[in-house]
Amino acid sequence: MSKKKNSIWTFFASVKLALFVLFILAIASIIGTVIPQNSPVDVYVKQYGENMARLFQILDIPDMYNSWWFTTMLFLLALNLTVCTIERLPSVWRMVVLDNLKTDLGRLSKMQPNKQLITSKLPEEAAVQVRAGLHDKGWKSTEAARDGGILLFAQKAPWTRLGVYIVHTSILVIFAGAMIGSYFGYKGSVMIPETRSTDTIYEFGTRNPIKLGFEVFCNRFTLSHYPNGAPKEFRSDLVIVDDGGKEVARKSIIVNDPLSYKGHTFYQSSYQSYEKFLITLVNNETKNKELFLIEPGKQVQWDAEKVAFGIINRGMTDTPGKFTYKIWFSGGDTSEPFWIIEGDTTVINESGKAYTFSMKEFYATGLQVTKDPGVWCVYIGCGLMLFGLMIAFFFSHRRVWVYISRENDQTSVRVTGNTNKNKPAFDKNFETVSHTIEEKLT
Amino acid sequence: MTSSQLFGISTLGYLLASALYIATLLFKTKKSGVVASILTLLTFLVQTVGIGLRWYESYEMGMGHAPLSNMYESLVFFSWSIVIFYLLLELKFHNRIFGAFAIPFAFFSMAYASFAKGINQEISPLIPALQSNWLIVHVVTCFIGYAAFAVACGLGFMYLLKSASSDTSETGVISSLPKLSVLDDVIHKTMIFGFLWLSAGIITGAIWANSAWGTYWSWDPKETWSLITWFIYAATLHARFTRGWQGKRIAWLAIIGFVSVIFTYFGVNFLLSGLHSYGSS
Ligand code: HEM
Repeated sequence: MSKKKNSIWTFFASVKLALFVLFILAIASIIGTVIPQNSPVDVYVKQYGENMARLFQILDIPDMYNSWWFTTMLFLLALNLTVCTIERLPSVWRMVVLDNLKTDLGRLSKMQPNKQLITSKLPEEAAVQVRAGLHDKGWKSTEAARDGGILLFAQKAPWTRLGVYIVHTSILVIFAGAMIGSYFGYKGSVMIPETRSTDTIYEFGTRNPIKLGFEVFCNRFTLSHYPNGAPKEFRSDLVIVDDGGKEVARKSIIVNDPLSYKGHTFYQSSYQSYEKFLITLVNNETKNKELFLIEPGKQVQWDAEKVAFGIINRGMTDTPGKFTYKIWFSGGDTSEPFWIIEGDTTVINESGKAYTFSMKEFYATGLQVTKDPGVWCVYIGCGLMLFGLMIAFFFSHRRVWVYISRENDQTSVRVTGNTNKNKPAFDKNFETVSHTIEEKLT
Repeated sequence: MTSSQLFGISTLGYLLASALYIATLLFKTKKSGVVASILTLLTFLVQTVGIGLRWYESYEMGMGHAPLSNMYESLVFFSWSIVIFYLLLELKFHNRIFGAFAIPFAFFSMAYASFAKGINQEISPLIPALQSNWLIVHVVTCFIGYAAFAVACGLGFMYLLKSASSDTSETGVISSLPKLSVLDDVIHKTMIFGFLWLSAGIITGAIWANSAWGTYWSWDPKETWSLITWFIYAATLHARFTRGWQGKRIAWLAIIGFVSVIFTYFGVNFLLSGLHSYGSS
């Protein structure tokens, strides 16, 4: 290996640096939770004074999680992890694939835990017993002749030594995903009034328009309430029109259940009301249908059917925030006004004809639109992290050696072993194994 | 019976159990320890029924949702998680002394939920953003982690108490505490367990945020504080694993880590503002 172990390399491979970076990241992250982020400049001037506000601008405090220095810290963490991994992984890998039958016999007697058994059986006979004993406790052994004796070796889960590196790699994978997202994705929003469509959304922060390359149509937005008036559900019926005017996707979205099309995802986020109403009128006989957008207090004409109507008045209902409206409707005769609750449908008989009258408030739906081609990468990283943590925490590489040799007309059976973590649990484990072997030998 | 009555009984039960565990520690009376364990178990069952009943009540009221949606409900669940975590610990390590440092946390959480000002105990409807199965997964994973960290913090106190004392006599209170090496090991394992669940909690939160808003991470104060907490525990694990920190230092870090947990849980709601402000009512 030609890797230079110069001091810069060692610096970036050190766990001391990792501790330092983690500590600084933790401290620095606090700043952005205390000082409001992404507010206009004058807010900072008012709250902290001219000079502080200028300092904040220099240090990018108002957008600190995207600032050069915070990004540098994250980059440092990634670099530290990478160098540390390159530094250590080869030796860990060697431990995983190590031929433990070549272990230095001198080391075996020094290893802890350690137990020496003496038997009058011949080594070959004893080996059979030892093998059976190990087998009984779930250890599959291999063996080799060493220095006139027999060395048996068994291990469990050597690959779990890699768990930590899975965790470390997962962090790099998450970073990679986040970078893909920030370079190739965007986050924006758009308001689409009901019955209208758009092919452009606006990026957060900059408000730059972004062309979607297709059209999103908002058929309808419905707002429903709990009995106490609290909002229960925002629902937008969306249609995507692409390929020269064809409907290619349709979905009724709610918060927590977005619509995705060609990498763009539309999330229900807010709504806006306009004090206007959508009225759908159907002549029940001819099925003649028309949609109107009206304001209270103004008369509207349906020329084809020769009817006129308008909203006169508003009244309360039992549900706070939900209203009932008084409607005036005329098709020649002037009949009594009627009441209808917003969102309802009713049938009216007017001058010998029946009409279906539906009324709902007119809204614009507020959609958050994002394109993040890095999400899958972040999710894979998250999965890897949990998997790696479980391996790193709950599994250990455990090894047991048994060396059988002839010493002064007796056979010595030395049982020893070690683990890379959780020694107390291993010690117990070792105790039962060596005990089983002892029983077999007698 | 209503769920609030059952929670009232639970608060009282944990108070008595705390007293019994502490008495066991102070007077070394074996019997009181057994009674404390039985009482804790019974109270835990009452509380479990209470949580189930509250869930049912929310359906009766026409807004059915898991009782994990506001500060009150989360405190009850926090207390519940501490107790189940502690009971498993007691089972595994056959040691009741830990109870004196764990069950009081469960009591405080219940008492705070019931008596603190500004905590709304009503079952309230879920705003649209909270209507997600990820809510349940997220809250449960986070709180299992928090419960482990609470217990680790209690054990940290126990460690410092024991190591600071010069009382080496066979009969003193301190001598009835487990050996320092045992405590050290249990603190470490508890923190590891908590770290795994906190990681899962942060991840499930990110997935939920992505399904609701299209961003898995937005540096809102609550998210950021959970990450700060995560950094602290990550640093602790490394300090121990690669630099051999043990004993007092780790005990202190268990306490510092839990302070960060508490801030993530309460401080952010009361002192800072952000998306997660639902918890403040
Ligand atoms: C936030 C980021 C990090 C996380 C979540 C993380 C996670 C872990 C975990 C879970 C372990 C196993 C600990 C145990 O078994 O008790 C570990 C070990 C370790 N970590 Fe990290 N780590 C991070 C960053 C780093 C960095 C930046 C370095 C760079 C030097 C580093 C170096 C190590 C080393 C050397 C070990 C011991 C590995 C071994 O036993 O071979 N870690 N890490």
